[in-house]
This record gives sequence, C-alpha cells and structure tokens, in this order.
Amino acid sequence: MFSEYTTEELQNIFMMQGFSGLSLFSVLLLMGLGLALIFGQMGVINMAHGEFMALGAYTVYFCSTLTEQYAPAFGPYYFICAIGIAFLVCALVGALVEFLMIRHLYHRPLDTLLATWGLSLIMQQTYRSLFGAREVTPTLPEWLMGSFNLKEGLDIPINGVFVLCLALLVTFVMILFMYKSKFGLRLRATVQNRKMSSAVGINTGKVDRVAFSLGCGIAGIAGAAFTTIGSTGPDSGSRYIVDAFLVVVFGGAANMLGCVASAFGIAQAQSILEFFLEGTKGKVATLLVIVVALMLRPQGLFPSKVRGH
Amino acid sequence: MAFFRTLFKTRGEAVSFACFALLILVILPLALPVFRLNLVGKYLSYGFVGIGLVLLWGRCGILSLGQGVFFGLGGYCMAMFLKLEASDPVTTAIQSTPGIPDFMDWNQLTALPKFWEPFHSFPFTVLAIFVVPGLVAFLIGWAMFRRRVGGVYFAIITQAIALILSLGIDGNQGYTGGRNGITDLRTLMGWDIRSEHAQQVLYFICVLLLLGSALFAKYIINTRFGRVLMAVRDQEERVRFSGYDVAMIRTFTFTVAAMLAGLGGALFVLQVGFMSPSLIGIVPSIELVIFAAVGGRLSVVGAMVGCLLVNFSKSAFSEAYPDLWLYLMGGTFIAVVMFFPDGLAGLFTKWGTIKNRAAALLARFRPASATTPNASQPAK
Amino acid sequence: MSRLGHAALAVALLAASSLRAAPPPTSEVNTTGLAVTDTTVTVGQLHSATGTMAISETGSIQAEQLAIDQINAAGGVLGRQIKVIKEDGASDWPTFAEKAKKLLVSDKVGTVFGCWTSASRKAVLPVFEKENGMLYYPTFYEGLEQSKNVIYTGQEATQQILAGIDWIAKEKKAKTFYLVGSDYIWPRTSMKIARKHIENVLKGTVVGEEFYALGSTSFGSLINKIKLKKPDVIYAAVVGGSNVSFYKQLAAAGINGTKQTLLTISVTEDEVLGIGGENLAGFYSAMKYFQSLDNPNNKEFVAAFKAKYGAASVIGDVTQAGYLGPWLWKAAVEKAGSFDIDKIVAASPDLELKTAPEGYVKLHPNHHLWSKLRIGQWQKNGQAKVLYESELLEPNPFPKGYQ
Repeated sequence: MFSEYTTEELQNIFMMQGFSGLSLFSVLLLMGLGLALIFGQMGVINMAHGEFMALGAYTVYFCSTLTEQYAPAFGPYYFICAIGIAFLVCALVGALVEFLMIRHLYHRPLDTLLATWGLSLIMQQTYRSLFGAREVTPTLPEWLMGSFNLKEGLDIPINGVFVLCLALLVTFVMILFMYKSKFGLRLRATVQNRKMSSAVGINTGKVDRVAFSLGCGIAGIAGAAFTTIGSTGPDSGSRYIVDAFLVVVFGGAANMLGCVASAFGIAQAQSILEFFLEGTKGKVATLLVIVVALMLRPQGLFPSKVRGH
Repeated sequence: MAFFRTLFKTRGEAVSFACFALLILVILPLALPVFRLNLVGKYLSYGFVGIGLVLLWGRCGILSLGQGVFFGLGGYCMAMFLKLEASDPVTTAIQSTPGIPDFMDWNQLTALPKFWEPFHSFPFTVLAIFVVPGLVAFLIGWAMFRRRVGGVYFAIITQAIALILSLGIDGNQGYTGGRNGITDLRTLMGWDIRSEHAQQVLYFICVLLLLGSALFAKYIINTRFGRVLMAVRDQEERVRFSGYDVAMIRTFTFTVAAMLAGLGGALFVLQVGFMSPSLIGIVPSIELVIFAAVGGRLSVVGAMVGCLLVNFSKSAFSEAYPDLWLYLMGGTFIAVVMFFPDGLAGLFTKWGTIKNRAAALLARFRPASATTPNASQPAK
Repeated sequence: MSRLGHAALAVALLAASSLRAAPPPTSEVNTTGLAVTDTTVTVGQLHSATGTMAISETGSIQAEQLAIDQINAAGGVLGRQIKVIKEDGASDWPTFAEKAKKLLVSDKVGTVFGCWTSASRKAVLPVFEKENGMLYYPTFYEGLEQSKNVIYTGQEATQQILAGIDWIAKEKKAKTFYLVGSDYIWPRTSMKIARKHIENVLKGTVVGEEFYALGSTSFGSLINKIKLKKPDVIYAAVVGGSNVSFYKQLAAAGINGTKQTLLTISVTEDEVLGIGGENLAGFYSAMKYFQSLDNPNNKEFVAAFKAKYGAASVIGDVTQAGYLGPWLWKAAVEKAGSFDIDKIVAASPDLELKTAPEGYVKLHPNHHLWSKLRIGQWQKNGQAKVLYESELLEPNPFPKGYQ
C-alpha cells in the first residue's frame, strides 16, 4: 500500500500517525485517571464517570457563553480558567454525591454500579432540561485552533498538543500527590487496610470523600479538555465510559503507572489498527485484543502486589 | 410431595409463585386488550434473563453485564429463521437477487452466506437458540473462571464483550442487517405471527415457558447444588478447599443463565417481530440487570415481577411525562440499591422486620417529641 | 408578509370559513373508526425526545408542531382542529414499534408524523403496513423502500447524491474521491451509489472508503490516510456526535475549506450549531433546503419558526421536510374529502404544494417528493451560501444500475 509514495511523504505520515496515537493516548489517559482513583483505588464502580466529564464540558460551555456576553475581551484566556472551574464544579458535585450516596455503599462494590447508573440517568436528564437536547460546543480561543505546520505536509494539531500537555500535567501532579503527599499516604493506607488505618487515627471517611471528589474533579478536567476535539451532548458521557473502564482494568486497577501504560498501549493499538483496517473494524479489533489479553492476564498489565484486598 | 418441597421451601414461596402465575396466566389476559398483552409478553421475555441473573448474580455472586449478548444471540437465531421464511423468491422478486433477505441484496450480496444456510431448518434453529448462547457463555466462562476472574473484572469484561458484539453486528451489515437489525418478520412455518390470535397464542407459550424456567431455577436453587452455589458466593476459598471445582460450578451457572437468556431473546423476536443490535449493547445489558435488581436478585418470582414492573412504569411514565421519566427511573434505581438491596422481594420477606423496626422507631420518637417542649422550657 | 403569502392566507381563510360554515359530517369523512369527532381529529407524533437521537429529532418535532398550529389557526382540516398525541421513541427501536402500535391501535390516530433514523422507520414499517396507518417521514434516506403507508418528505439517496457529485466534479474538475461515513445503512447505501456514479458515469476513482461506528470520536488515523491519498474531494456522510469530532479534527489537522474540497450530505444548519461555522467554512453541503434560501415562502417560514422557538433557533433540511408533513396530509385529506387512509393514499399521487419553504414540491406516485437539490457553501456564521440549484428531480428509490 505504500509503494506509490515518496519516502518523505511516508515519513510525514508516520510522524502524524504517531502523534495521532499520542493524542488518543492523552484522551484515554484523562478519561482513565479519575476513574483509576475512584475505581482502582476505592473500588467504586462509578458508571456516572462519563456524566462527570460531560459536567466539566458543560461548565466550559457555560463559561464560554458568559464570557461572550459579559467580558468578550477576556475571550482568549477564559479557557484556562474554565478548566479550573470545571475541576471545582465537578469536585463539589462529586463530594455531594459521595456524602449522599456512595459512602453508604463502600462495602457493596457491585451495587455502586447500579446506583451510579441511576445517577447517570438523572444527570443526563438534567443536562437535557438545562442545556437542551442538542449538542453544544464552546467558542474556543483562536490560539487553540489550527496546527503547527512544521514543514510542507506535516501538520501537528495545536489542540492535540494542548490536551497531551494537560494530560501529562494532571498525571504528574496526581502521581506526586499520591506518592509524595501526606494525603496520598493516608489514601494508600486506607485502601490497603481500612480498619487498621482507622485504628491509627486516619479519618477514613474524610479520605474517601476527598479521593472521590478528586476523581470527579479530574473527570471534569477531562471533559473540559474534550471540548477541544468533540462536542458535548446530554449523553456524550456514555460514549466514554467503556473506554475509561477498559483503560483502568487493563492497566491493573490499583496502579497509576499501569493506567498510563495501558492508555498508551490501547491508544497506539487502536490508532495503528484503524490506519491499516477500516474504521469500525479497527475498533472491534482493538477491543478484542484487550478482552483476550484480559482473559489471559486477568489482573491487567501491572497487577497490584499488595495483599489483603 | 418431596419434589414439591424441593421447589418451594416455604408456604410463602409457593403462594407468591401461585399468585404470580395466576396474574400472568389468567388476570392479565382477561383484563388487557391484545395490544397491551403483547407488550406484557415482551416484558416477560426479559424475565428469562431475570431468572438467569437470579441464579448467576443472586445465588452465585457473579454479576454479568453482558446478558444482552446471549439474549441477542438467541434472538438473532430466531430472527434469521423467520427472515429466511419471509424472503421467499416471490415476495422478494423486486430485488437483484430474489430469495435472499432484503438487506443482503442492498449490500450487493448475491448468495446466502454459508452460516445462514442451516437456519432454513426449524429444528436446527430451536437447537441453536440454546446451543449458540450456551456455547459462547461456556467458552467465556471457562476462560475466565479458571483464571479466577470474578467480581468487578468479570462485570467489565462482559460489558466489553457486549460492546464488541454490537459493534461487530453494526459493521457487517450485509451478513447481519447492521444497525437496522433484522426486520419485517412475518410468519413462523406459514403461521402469521402478527395476527391478534397468534399474539395471544405466543403470549401463552411465553408465559408457560417462563413459569417452567422459573420452576427449573427454583429446583436448582433448592437442591444441594443450589447450596453449593451460595457457598461459592459467600466463601469461595472454603468451597475450593473442600474439593469442589469452583470454576466449573460458575461456568455451568453462567451457561444455564445464557441459555435462558437465549430462549428469552427468541420469544422476544416472535412477539415483537424484529431483532436489532440496540438490544444487545451496553445499555440494554445493564437495564436487564436493573430489572432483576428492582424485583430482587435473590428471588425468582421477584426478578420476573421486576421486569414487568419496571417496563410497565417505563411505558406508562414515558407516555404521560416524557421529560420526567428518566428522573423517576434513576431515582428508583438509587433508592432500590440504597434502601432495598434485595429489591421488592426483599421488602416483601422483610416486611415483618420492617414493621418491628418502624414500631421501635415510633416508640423512640414518641417520648422524644413529648420531651421536646419540656427541653425548651428551661431556656425560656 | 409577501403578496404571495397574503394570497395564500386569504385562500386558506376563505376555504376555512366556508368549511367552518358546514364541516362535513363525521360519518362521511371517517368510515374506518379513526379518532375523528365533529370538531377534532387526532394525529400522532412519534420522535425521540430522549436518548442519543433527541439531538437530531428536536427540529422535526418543532417544525411539525408549527405546521399543525398554523393549520389549526387557519381553521383546521375539513373543519376539524388537529389534536396531537406525542410519543417518545426514546432512540430505541423496539420502543418505536411499541409506540407506533399504541398510536394506531389504542389511539386510532388519523396519521403519524415521525421517525428519523432508518432503523426506527424499519422497526415501525411492518406495524404501519399491518394496521394500515399513515406515516409522514421527514429524513433524507437511503431509498430502496416504497410503501403504501409511508410518505417520504425528505429526499431519497439518488436525488441527494447524483446531482451533487456531478456539480462538484464539473466545478472542481475532481477525479479522485475519498468516501467517509458512519457505519449504518444510510451512509453505506449512499456511498455505494456515489461510488457507482463516480466510477461508471464520471470515470473517476474512489481512493478510499471508510465507515466509523456511530459515536466515534477519534478520526486521527482517518485524517492521516486522507492526507496520504490527497483526494480531490472528500465525500462525507458522518452523523451525530461523530460529526463534530470529525470536522473539529479536520480543522485542527489543517484541512480546511481553502485547501481541500469537501462535500457532505449529512451536515445541515442543525449540525453546524454543534460543529461551529469556523470549522466548516468553505466546505459544501448537498441538501434540498437551506435556511438561507431566498424565496417568499421560506422568509415567512423562517420568521414564524423564529417567532415560536426563539431568534437563535436554526432550521435544517430535515426540519423543513418535517414541516411539509402536516401540510401534505392536509392537502391529501381535503382532496380526498375524507380521513380514511385508503382514500388519502388514493388522493396522494401528484399532489402539489406551492407554499413549501423549499419552493414547489410535488408528490410522486411512489410516495416520494419531486424536489430540487442545492449546493450550499458554509460560511463562518453557520449559514450556507447557495451556489447551485438543480432542476426538479424525480425520486427514484430503486435506481437501476446503482444497486
């Protein structure tokens, strides 16, 4: 299939193809990170995770509309603030959900699945009532549009670079937080042995709430970032949920680095398969590879070596 | 009598089963017009999946989010048979290749694919309705349970399988009918399944098979094997150390549940008249679990009632308040999970305890309310 | 209001007042037990108000309601006010079949306006044929279908595809095409027809043909393949949420209207709202209707629509086709002098509608509409500039040589 092209054309294509894999990687990583915390660490099967992403995206849309109306001059910069606001809104809603619902269900993980599914229905209908059934898209600042034209025939999309940087930043901060901060220590202790942690004076209830709302907040950042590559509708969340879960499960649920590795692996596999196969077939092939891999290696790429789960 | 005891351990079980049978066999057919009865029949075909989930999830502790796969496989087997019958060369004379299903013609297929051929035969189709879902479930189950994949992982992997199957059907339009599914099914061996009379007959066939499956499930639950199932759910390690083959027990249960789902799918197709991938994917698979959860994952009758009740209210509410029904639906799921984890059936059996608790609560509340004014007195 | 509008209104009022004086007795106009009384007639509306398809179907729901309101204000049909029973198909095909049956069997509605996707139409079609109901279906679709019980108010595939490809091939001297679509019957059939036309009639080449699952959001690999093949024209039929991702990612990869010719058959003003005009500027759509059409019927329609649903609302091809449904039904009923389905069917062939926003339309005996095809070029403000208008095209749902 490549015989009719020049080496330079092929070089360009492979570079762009590599980048589109990276771009997909950053999307999957952002989807997976919040869930890795909520599902991987806390064991809560949050089926409403996609709806939290949609909440983040709607927040950006709302900020964009406000900016256009009241402070058009602020236009080029609002997007950065909007991401922060999306994080806060989602984290707050997450904390509320944790307080009202999730904390009663920690000992019944499979039931969290059903309850959060109910929650996702409610959130979807709320979006529909508030923002209408149509897909919306915020006005993006000029500097996010277009591409870096490195040379003739080699374009690297700016929004892709932006999402990639954001994903790496969030991952970095999160890993620092998990492994270097006091709170991370408490969280890891609580996950490993709840009773013992409680006995040594860790307020496990508070740890749970902060962790859950942090996970939701990251989902909000993910949703905000996705407005640069897609649109937002009441049920866009449900589009992401399976991919998000597969990333986390494939990575080995309890492991942050596993999540990064699995997002990378899945993204590259999908991107390459989609290049050589036709659209839908590429996606099916990717999913099949993941499922077969999970059947052979049920604990994922990087199983947690911790006992007493 | 001993057999009867095996089916119904307590009188309550027998009575609730009899009441449910009376409801769907006598009361509903008398009370409802054929159109509504046909809808009830459609809901009851989900009941087969519910029964399977009681065995699998309630008794054996495995949550599968892929039951739609088996429901769909059974349904597709039936639909393929009916579609072949509806595509005789005379009615399809307008096509470029008469005698093959219309969607194949639209996709430039000029001959019937090999795997469709056996579905000309009704006995083969009936066999396939059980064997295809059963075999798929066996292979998946065997691969996963032997590696001790369970709980959440199993749920998510089965969910991914549901996604793969529905995408696969979408993507192979010429062979499967794609996203539109297999539609416009008319006759079963020359018998018009769309007439009112046929729909009544099909309803009763569906009800009798459902009650039969329910008794079968109750039999399994109340034998020694049923107790081993519960032991696997509650103390997997101990069962394994006692010399049982836990993987095999789980695989067997998963296979049985899949075959029941397949039967449900086939009856769904007969009563609704088409099959499409929208009944297979992630959302319908989760919904099937939710029907069972609302009714009660531990109770066979409960799961069937759950399917009826959720679907009835879905129909009724979406007719009356199209905008509100998702709120109501979502709210119900949350409430069921948080307050009645064993579903309506659990509520039913726990009625005694709830009465006692309510009495206790009232007793605590009464003196409290009596003392409140007194307590506020000194402040004054 | 234009002079034509005045005239139409005057005629309508005159007809209405004469009818109001003596509406024909119910026993005469309704011999099949439909829900028709001396003062009202009940019709059904069956769309997805919830679920994934709600995004697309909202416009049709609104347009059908607007037409019904206008008809009622002008005196109704045969002196009877139209009452609507709204049902929600919830983007779920079995639900569509269930609700269709309910409307026809329990409510005994005179007609149904509804459905959007092919799958929902296929699910309800056997119900309409068996219960002998009437469905006015608004979406442009793949063809290969013709039913006594359905009136297709959108275009079938050949009407939308052939003239458009001819134009772009002539205008842009295009020889190579890359076909992209969502993975279901409409894009697949459309691309099949497009490919045959490109290869057999225009003697061009199709350098790629790909279908992506509905709801896909990553098109990076596809875009790279397009860059590698450098087609003269990208011919696209991507729908729903995927649409937005596709165009945003195209724009981000530097493929825009100034560098690349792209012709789509799946982007209307509704979709542009989500995609954003700046991502589409310069690309072409082939549709029978654009909101910017410059004719008096359309100006009136757009004004009425905006008055009812807000100045920010937009009107796409399917929305306009939805608006035609109630008017075509009214014309058929009045021509037949009866609400009976068989009489409406008998009265339908060659029915004309001169007040349609898209201009003159005529119903073909095969239950599709004679209509024109327009090519619009998208502008930054989300509206299209109409560059080309074909002759009135005959609908041909079973095109010879394209199957």
